[in-house]
Amino acid sequence: MRRSGLQRVGLRFVALAYLALILVGPLAIVFWRTFEDGFEPAWNALTTPDTIHAFKLTLIITAIAVPVNTVFGIVCALAIVRRSFRGKGFLNAFIDLPLALSPVVVGLSLFLLYGQEGWFGSWLSDHGIDVLFALPAMVIATIFVSLPFVAREVVPTLREIGDEQEQAARTLGAGSWQTFWRITLPSIHWAVIYGVILTTARCLGEYGAVAVVSGRIQGQTETATLRVQESYESLDLAGAYAISIVLASMAIFVLVAFTVVRPREETA
Amino acid sequence: MASLASIAVARPRRAGARASRDRAATALSLGFVTTVLLVLVALPIAALLWEARSEGAQTFWDSVSSPQAVAALKVTLGASFAVAVLNAVLGTVTAWVLVRDGFRGKSLVNAIIDLPFALPTIVAGLTLLALYGPASPIGVNVAYTQTAIVLAMMFVTLPFVVRTVQPVLQELDPELEQAAHALGASRATTFWRIVFPNILPGILSGVALAFAKAVGEFGALVIITGNIPYDTEVSSVYIFGRIESGDAAAAAAVAVVLLAISFVTLLSIGAIRHIATRHERA
Amino acid sequence: MSILVCNVSKRFGDFVVLDDVSLDVESGSLTALLGPSGSGKSTLLRIIAGLETADAGEILLSGKDATALAPQKRNVGFVFQHYAAFKHMTVRQNIAFGLRVRKRPKAEIREHVDELLHLVQLQSLGDRYPSQLSGGQRQRMGLARALAPEPQVLLLDEPFGALDARVRAELREWLRQLHDVVSVTTVFVTHDQEEAMEISDQIAVLNHGRLEQVGAPRELYDEPVSEFVMTFVGDANHLGGVLVRPHDIELWNEPSGDALEAMIVRVTVLGRDVKVELHDGAGAEIVALLTRDQFDEGGFWRGQTVWVSPQRERIFAEAG
Repeated sequence: MRRSGLQRVGLRFVALAYLALILVGPLAIVFWRTFEDGFEPAWNALTTPDTIHAFKLTLIITAIAVPVNTVFGIVCALAIVRRSFRGKGFLNAFIDLPLALSPVVVGLSLFLLYGQEGWFGSWLSDHGIDVLFALPAMVIATIFVSLPFVAREVVPTLREIGDEQEQAARTLGAGSWQTFWRITLPSIHWAVIYGVILTTARCLGEYGAVAVVSGRIQGQTETATLRVQESYESLDLAGAYAISIVLASMAIFVLVAFTVVRPREETA
Repeated sequence: MASLASIAVARPRRAGARASRDRAATALSLGFVTTVLLVLVALPIAALLWEARSEGAQTFWDSVSSPQAVAALKVTLGASFAVAVLNAVLGTVTAWVLVRDGFRGKSLVNAIIDLPFALPTIVAGLTLLALYGPASPIGVNVAYTQTAIVLAMMFVTLPFVVRTVQPVLQELDPELEQAAHALGASRATTFWRIVFPNILPGILSGVALAFAKAVGEFGALVIITGNIPYDTEVSSVYIFGRIESGDAAAAAAVAVVLLAISFVTLLSIGAIRHIATRHERA
Repeated sequence: MSILVCNVSKRFGDFVVLDDVSLDVESGSLTALLGPSGSGKSTLLRIIAGLETADAGEILLSGKDATALAPQKRNVGFVFQHYAAFKHMTVRQNIAFGLRVRKRPKAEIREHVDELLHLVQLQSLGDRYPSQLSGGQRQRMGLARALAPEPQVLLLDEPFGALDARVRAELREWLRQLHDVVSVTTVFVTHDQEEAMEISDQIAVLNHGRLEQVGAPRELYDEPVSEFVMTFVGDANHLGGVLVRPHDIELWNEPSGDALEAMIVRVTVLGRDVKVELHDGAGAEIVALLTRDQFDEGGFWRGQTVWVSPQRERIFAEAG
């Protein structure tokens, strides 16, 4: 549709200014500030033992949460799309819940479940199992907040493909697992990959829920994001910026992955 | 046809066997999914609800209506509404530009939109502080003010409306607008009467998602707002504070309020989707 | 392998899809399930394949009860209307699928697939993807894929429904030839009576879930047992309470006996035959088919008032 040149430029300006002021500008400043005094201070900040541990912890949690949510997401999507049962709408809403919940609320509810006075608290401490203020709680919290992504990506794709190919496979003699592995999975694999990328980004960047359940014990239960906050609070701005740069770079990497995978996911 | 009759009489009906095998597979996959959801999602929420009522309705009400909690909720809702409106307008403009306009670097711009999805919220807060805080290179300092709340919320909710409106705009048949023009409608009329009604459901669901995210936002606000009670403290930070002070019941009470807001928002998104597709079902 | 359908019924909620249908399909024959949409023919086919289950009744394959058997175990080949091609596999891989699933040795698979590619005339397209093929080619691939594991029964669900008329006619003929070569028991679903008449050994006509008639094409045409069958298979005219085939209508220049009065509104010469369209007293349409000789002999022309009577009619017990 033809618009007047002025109107078009005007709208373009508004949109670009919006993005520049809110997104690009702030990020650019951080990059600048980090390397303002050269590469060394940033490097030193990144290689303190606590920081290295924080990154390790983030990666471990992500490495556990992503596969769990991938399997869950695929099974869930198959159940929703291919099967009929009562309460399907309810299931759908429950899966979307983590998206709409505040991370602090998530953290609090886990705190109430696994804490000392929590429902499972006494049973856990009797058996010497540390959930809260330890890795397990952080993993659970991360799984919770990143739960929906794979399922939400796979469901529409599964729906669109229809199940004729699967029927054909069954008439040709393939069993349930063979049908899933050879036919269903290959046809949804872009959606799964896209969902995995989203999940990974979420896991790497989780802050609120993990902040509540981890106790933020330096060198033990601090993830990279918690470390940023910690650094800032102890006036180690350089450290905070440095870790932020690494996380931001991971985010940009994720963005690139989006851009590459998204078109295939949409046209598949 | 004698063979048909005799066989039909002799064998009992076994048509139900296959159906029951199907049901078993459904039950198994459902069982798995339900267990995960139960342990992971339902149980914690139940614990939350339980805690909130653990000390009685009066304590619940007291916690929710304490001056600080109410102030936090006011600040949260006020900022979130403002952000929702801003998103509706700016997000739609951005989606429009991405779909209808063409310029060098547009695909780069399109990719950047997803940045808030990928960037940790705490880093978002820090970067906003760098540009709009005390050490701002452009002299703009809104740190520790309510403007900072809106700013931080805008950052994390930026993609929502854009990404819900984009596909709708893309799918919109240009012939609709061409028909309107041929019938004599001005550009503005065409937009408001033809395009807008079609993208409205997209805008609304994006706004609802943005609202839910803004109400619950924590990481982006923690650094830049200073969390000043009665001024720049939002509900999520308030809850966090209550947890740190060991007052789990008060925290749970306010958390339940946020939970309710989340639920309502989720339901409204579902309702919007339902209404939006009624044309296709009619 | 013979197929015996015994008293099969199925309903979806309140809607009765199949009502006590029984059918006998001889081993090696080519049977058509013919009927309008909603008649239950596709559902019956899918029940035979095991892709759906009947609420009541049995399916016997070669005399053995297969009612509760999963489709994997029935050894039936199924061809879908919209091809159900495995989009992420090449043509070769599609065809080979049934054999790979049965863990046949690679060399054997390769040989078999080559044979089938040759049979369906897709030799040069083996390494293409389905999206690179035309509709007709995709369906030939679908057929080859279904035949690869050497099924005892071949089932086709409106196999040519998604193709344009010319391709449909070609493939229809080609399917008959294929059947003559491979001679596997074949059942196919169609709503096109011409298609059914042209290639099948027997036709089963379904209407609203009920089996109206089963028989050879000629039998259905000459001796229809109900008004539905007569009007669905071939054309029929209502002539004062009876049904008459177009070529069984006689035209007279003068009143004769019980002959009805009608006016000729259109004459079309179709090669050897002449189609004469008439309107009777009430304005209802009658279509008569005369041979050129009959037409010339009568000297008929457009606008003429004539008298029509049936040479051979059928009256059915059920009202109109």
